[in-house]
Amino acid sequence: MNEMLVKLQGLWPEMTLLVGAVACLATGLSGVWWVRKSTAVVAGVAIGVALLFATGVIGPGVDAGGSHPLGLDAAVVYLKVAALAVGLVLLLVAARTPEHLKQVVTAESREKFEPGEDFRGEFFAFFLFSLTGVLLTAGATDLVWLFLALELTSLPTYILVATGRDKAWAQESAVKYFFLGAMAAAVFLFGFALIYAASGFTTYAGIRGYVEGAVAGGEVGLSPLMLVGMVLAIVGVGFKIAAVPMHFYTADVYEGAAVPVTSMLAFVPKAAGFAALIGLLSLVGWQYGPDGDRLPLVLEVLIAVMAVATMTVGNVLALMQSRVKRVLAYSSVAHSGYMLVGLLAGSTVGGGGLGNGVSAIAFYVVAYGLGTIASFAVLGCLHGPEGDEAATYDDLSGLRHRHPFLAGTLLVACLSLLGFPFTVGFIGKINLASSGFVSGHGLVVIALVLNSAISAAYYLRIGSVCFFGADHGTTEARYVPVRITGAIIASVMSIGLGLQGGWLESRALEAGVVTEVVEDAEDGADPSQAAGLNGVGVEASRGVVSAGTLGDP
Amino acid sequence: MQSDQLILALLTLPVLWAVGLLLPIPGLQRKRYAWAYSAVTSAISLTLAIVVAMNFDWTHPGDMQLSGSIDWIPSMGLSFRYGVDAISLWLILLTAVIMPVVVLSSLIEVNHDMRQFHFWLHILEAALIGTFVAQDIVLFYVCFEFTLIPLYFLIGVFGHKEKLKAARIYFLYAFTGSMLTFAGVLYVGYVGWSQTGLWNFGIQDLYEIGRRMSMTEQCLVFAAMLAGFGVKTPLVPFHTWLPLAHTEAPTAGSVDLAGLVLKLGPYGLIRLAIPMLPDAALAFAPWVCVVAVIGIVYAALICRAQKDAKRLVAYSSVSHMGFVALGLFVFDPGGIAATGAVFYMLAHGLATGGLFLCIGMLYDRFHTREFGRIGGTAKFMPVWSFFFMLFVLASVGLPGLNGFPGEFLTLMGAFDSELWWSKPMAVAGALGVILAAVYLLYMAGRMVWGPPVIPADHEGYLEGAEHGVDPNHRHDLSWREITTLVPVAALCLLLGLMPMPVLRTLESPVVGLNEPVMAIVESAEQAELQVTEGDGPREAVVQAEGETAGVSGTGLPSGARVVVVGGEGVSHE
Repeated sequence: MNEMLVKLQGLWPEMTLLVGAVACLATGLSGVWWVRKSTAVVAGVAIGVALLFATGVIGPGVDAGGSHPLGLDAAVVYLKVAALAVGLVLLLVAARTPEHLKQVVTAESREKFEPGEDFRGEFFAFFLFSLTGVLLTAGATDLVWLFLALELTSLPTYILVATGRDKAWAQESAVKYFFLGAMAAAVFLFGFALIYAASGFTTYAGIRGYVEGAVAGGEVGLSPLMLVGMVLAIVGVGFKIAAVPMHFYTADVYEGAAVPVTSMLAFVPKAAGFAALIGLLSLVGWQYGPDGDRLPLVLEVLIAVMAVATMTVGNVLALMQSRVKRVLAYSSVAHSGYMLVGLLAGSTVGGGGLGNGVSAIAFYVVAYGLGTIASFAVLGCLHGPEGDEAATYDDLSGLRHRHPFLAGTLLVACLSLLGFPFTVGFIGKINLASSGFVSGHGLVVIALVLNSAISAAYYLRIGSVCFFGADHGTTEARYVPVRITGAIIASVMSIGLGLQGGWLESRALEAGVVTEVVEDAEDGADPSQAAGLNGVGVEASRGVVSAGTLGDP
Repeated sequence: MQSDQLILALLTLPVLWAVGLLLPIPGLQRKRYAWAYSAVTSAISLTLAIVVAMNFDWTHPGDMQLSGSIDWIPSMGLSFRYGVDAISLWLILLTAVIMPVVVLSSLIEVNHDMRQFHFWLHILEAALIGTFVAQDIVLFYVCFEFTLIPLYFLIGVFGHKEKLKAARIYFLYAFTGSMLTFAGVLYVGYVGWSQTGLWNFGIQDLYEIGRRMSMTEQCLVFAAMLAGFGVKTPLVPFHTWLPLAHTEAPTAGSVDLAGLVLKLGPYGLIRLAIPMLPDAALAFAPWVCVVAVIGIVYAALICRAQKDAKRLVAYSSVSHMGFVALGLFVFDPGGIAATGAVFYMLAHGLATGGLFLCIGMLYDRFHTREFGRIGGTAKFMPVWSFFFMLFVLASVGLPGLNGFPGEFLTLMGAFDSELWWSKPMAVAGALGVILAAVYLLYMAGRMVWGPPVIPADHEGYLEGAEHGVDPNHRHDLSWREITTLVPVAALCLLLGLMPMPVLRTLESPVVGLNEPVMAIVESAEQAELQVTEGDGPREAVVQAEGETAGVSGTGLPSGARVVVVGGEGVSHE
């Protein structure tokens, strides 16, 4: 029980989000108009408070729950904070979605309000549940925990896709997403089972012990069972990040969902997926190959092939689309491919230096999140003549004449996704490419830059039609203030972090540092456990972390 | 103000001017006011550039001066390092001179969104200056790449009929090439990191790193850099974006493209690729030169077949930039060819810029640029014809005008080079000079001389155009247009008559940048003399061990393997 309490110490952000989710259910069903209207605010406050807990401004801090068995403490904190911060922007984009459903026009004013018909507070509750899943995934220290956390991330998104839009094809995509997601879950769960079968543990610490025993014991690498398990786990989790061969659902699902839900789909499951992949690969570690800084060959080849295939397939398919939402959907596939490059290098580069794959992914997740949220938010503000979403390139044509700010925001988002200088995407690409070189995969880096060149064709096409196209006058803008705010925050940050990215870069580089793993973690006298019990101990445990940070490069 | 902050001011000023155009000042919405604002601001930038030039110590033109450094993203080893040597400074001056000129020229052609037009012009100026002053390779790359955005908008919004296609093709071509350059740049940084444990992107530091890389690595990185810089230069067969972009761009865009942006390619080669990767530069040299010479002749032949004057001048740029590429890669002992090539970059910017300006003025009046539809302008536009002929002759390379010293020195250096293949290249390149005279004089003959021809559908005087200075020739240039052309023409003449001050200051930085390559050439010659003594194989491929004793301090590691194509001429002389 005591151990449990200590573990919970580090889960304040998650608990806050859960409390917020329940509160959203309560306010969302209230019979009083203004209470129900305040549901989005409740969700925002929940995320904000969780952010304060995660950053350690209030509460004991994320690392109070004991240090990470694989030494990923810094990465866990970074990913939690990043997911929450980007989640806040996402909430801005998504805030008014339920109110724009057709059957809920009663929400427009107090007079028309009918409690039974009005918008559903569960939208925000599910949003928060999904975000909780990301945080739990990042902090997972056990395969069972990891599985549950990944499913907690995904299950609410199925519902959001189905209910976020009153169109038949939203339900169709939700069903498609659900079944394929269930299949993927089966794949990675089978992988986890095989890892358990090989190692005899589900805890990260136990598996890590098995792996180190296997390597030190003179066996040639890992047992085939373990490797097969890892392969299945990686491929299965690949569904969450929409990596080849689990990418095929992306365009249909993204297109069917309401735009704000799409922007969430493009970020939240990906963040969870990469958090899970970083954890899974840290289990076997980057300690093989001739110089002892590689993944096991099977996994290395698997990830390199997945990375190149994902970015190429994503970009080529995006090039062939005529509907902008599908273009952005496939482009998000391509971005997963870029981020996979970071996994090849992993945390081999210590000391918080450039070329650390984990920090490259950590940085790029934010860069990609900002760009993709801004672009989807702009799409979410536009609608065609019949009140439908603006879908094709033609609908965007001449956007700058009537909505220069939307056009400008979209352009900035596209340039950032393209990785153009002076945007955050460019610095993200420097990180990923240098980590690719560090891992010795020059060809993968060449594939990355050539794919960036391919992606220029469609990002530029979006920019071109907005700025140079003739104005057909068919597309109208619906200026949802919060959504515009979200888009502007995301695009301004894309440029701001591109010009002065040092702050985020330092955080990301710290996130890549693997702290010294404290031995005999299951022992009662473990210092990290004592850390949770008194304040002095907390300082002591942080001392361990920073000592690891200062370790020689 | 301290002198090292001058460069910063030079860089930020155009950005501030651009931001000023965005301010909600009602007057700026009027076309003429925005134009006047831009003319004044770009003139201030020019003044500052001249002040920078005056603060430059011209007695040491090869040193990096006025340099400084500001942290950018220290955790990544990125910093804002800047500084100028004479090559950078002359190119900056060229940029600063061309900008007010294109602003002046744009009054009539740009008939909408004048603010946006000048906004992008100022941003372009900042990006160009940033590229020329950068001493950090990532900063260089960032500015180099960023020139795409302003030009994309200048062509896409303000261009002619096929502007969308032109803007897109230009962007995609240049972006694809420079993404490969990006990978190459990062790779050098990575090699530096793996040797020193620090990420450092300072250009001077990477020179050492690059020279220590193995031949394979050097060749790969060189190929990556050539992909970006070669497309920009442009080298055949990657030139196809250029005629389209030049022809469809507004006059100001064409002048900026031909006069300034094309120079980024050769500048990148001489600043980064050649000093950083000398072995690879030497290995690639014959191939680059072959491509350059093919470009010279091929583009010249295409020019002869053109009917559209602007297209012709665009293709002539491809041909002329071939000389620059040739000059940079023949590696003659005195660095004559490379100095000539850099001089030719300046000369070409002025002469071709002038031609584009003239053709733009003609287009403002008659909305045509085709030879058959307009001709005999000497009769009804004497002032225009004078300037046009001046720029044509400067472009042809008439002695006394600015094209001549560049072409002459390039070819002379190519003849002087001790690499066996350089002489045939020089002969073929000289053919390009003759062809240039053929097509340019053909164009001049059809347009300026002969009976006057005015487009049939041309109804009187076109709306919006200005009246000529001379009431008898109302089609002729206005005072504004004359003011636009006079500085360019004067500089063409000045550089033609007195090239020595420029050449002298260019020589020492150019020789300095070429030094590593020359050291390899010389050591290979010495080794070859030893090897070939006695049997003297003709045109044999000699694998020589680099003689480090003679070239210590040039960065050549001991035992570096150098593949040199041996020549007959050397051992006999």
